[in-house]
Amino acid sequence: MAACVDQELLLGGLVDNELDAANVAMVEAHVLRCAGCRAELERLQALHNLLRIDGVRHAAPESLSRRIAAMPEHSLKAANESRPWGWLAPGLVGALAASLAMVTILPPLEQTSLDQQLISSHVRSLQPGHLIDVQTANQHVVKPWFNGKVDFAPPVPDLADQGFPLVGGRLDSIDGKTAAAIVYKRRLHTVNLFVWRASGEHRQSRVENGFALKQWSADGLRFAAISDIPAPELGQFESLYRQRAGAAGR
Amino acid sequence: MATKTGPASGSVAPGAGHLQSFNQLILPHLDGAYNLARYLTRDPVLSEDVVQDALLRAFRAFGQFRGESPKAWLFAIVRNCCRSARMPGGAVSLVVHESSLGEEAAAQLKEQPDPGPSPEDEVLRKAEIGQVRAAIEAIPEPFREAIVLRELEDMSYSEIAEVSGVPIGTVMSRLARGRAMLAKELLPPGRTGDEQSRSVK
Repeated sequence: MAACVDQELLLGGLVDNELDAANVAMVEAHVLRCAGCRAELERLQALHNLLRIDGVRHAAPESLSRRIAAMPEHSLKAANESRPWGWLAPGLVGALAASLAMVTILPPLEQTSLDQQLISSHVRSLQPGHLIDVQTANQHVVKPWFNGKVDFAPPVPDLADQGFPLVGGRLDSIDGKTAAAIVYKRRLHTVNLFVWRASGEHRQSRVENGFALKQWSADGLRFAAISDIPAPELGQFESLYRQRAGAAGR
Repeated sequence: MATKTGPASGSVAPGAGHLQSFNQLILPHLDGAYNLARYLTRDPVLSEDVVQDALLRAFRAFGQFRGESPKAWLFAIVRNCCRSARMPGGAVSLVVHESSLGEEAAAQLKEQPDPGPSPEDEVLRKAEIGQVRAAIEAIPEPFREAIVLRELEDMSYSEIAEVSGVPIGTVMSRLARGRAMLAKELLPPGRTGDEQSRSVK
């Protein structure tokens, strides 16, 4: 009573409406004669109906739609409708978003322009090949790598056990000064931590163009963490980093 | 992918309206992209990351899109992002989400939203949905992928072939095997008692 092995794919094709007229006629004729294939066809149809009941298919959650809307590309929406895109290299899009935003946000406060620099550097770093100069998950490699390249020693604590694995470091330039950029990951996201020499106390937290930004000062250094992860998660990163950087006894 | 130029791609002229056509052709498939990622990764949190990453890549590569089906094009990117997200040694594997702890637990979680006052029918329906989802999640990936694309996303064989990067014949046999596994799990045992031996080919 079983379905015929040679008819199996054709039965599926019939249910899926993927057969041409000749094959449809052939399978239909076969199903009329063969009880096993008839039963199999009914099962396929029943399964088909069952899989299509409402709710089996997942819908994108609200949080995802919000994240998509907050992608830097989408902040271009109004400004770029008539802009020719052909010349745009892939990956430049985000940097363009950042620089455009720089133009549109008035007045250009000193702080704002620093934020924009951070965003631009972050976006630029996400282009292929730009993220890291020294690629390693080992803090004991990253930290000495900065020796002789910057005139300070940025703390490079290991945060992998808290879901922020270290991926490497590179040199960058912020505010006209050479900065150490330490790169951590959060799931698929990149967290850039810029460290440079700056006097005075500074503490700031904001969300700009969908990027979360946290800045703080310690020991004559300025720290700026930036990522597209939610701001609370970046806050968690900040406190972990500060806690462990302190514990490392610099 | 770039062999034919369909009518849809005619509107994807380079130049003006890149973002606009991206929003029109690609964004409507956000639910589908998430659904695919969700069934491939079986992890709600990771799925969101994967889809965001895939959309970013799709946006950057959109200028090169010449295919007939924007949906298949996007889904191929989603599928590849799911794969790389799970590569051993990838940063992702360091983070264990609660939802990846067990499929049963995940299936239960899924049933929890809006537990409001529901008639018995509603409870039964929810249980049925949970059962169907769990059965799909339990079958091996190539079959799961084919089933999700065909039954939940309503894609044609040639679109599925494009997403999965395999010939149509392979799509057909994956669907047949996937269905046999699901039928065994979800349908009451039929009169065709020896289906089990038959379906293994």
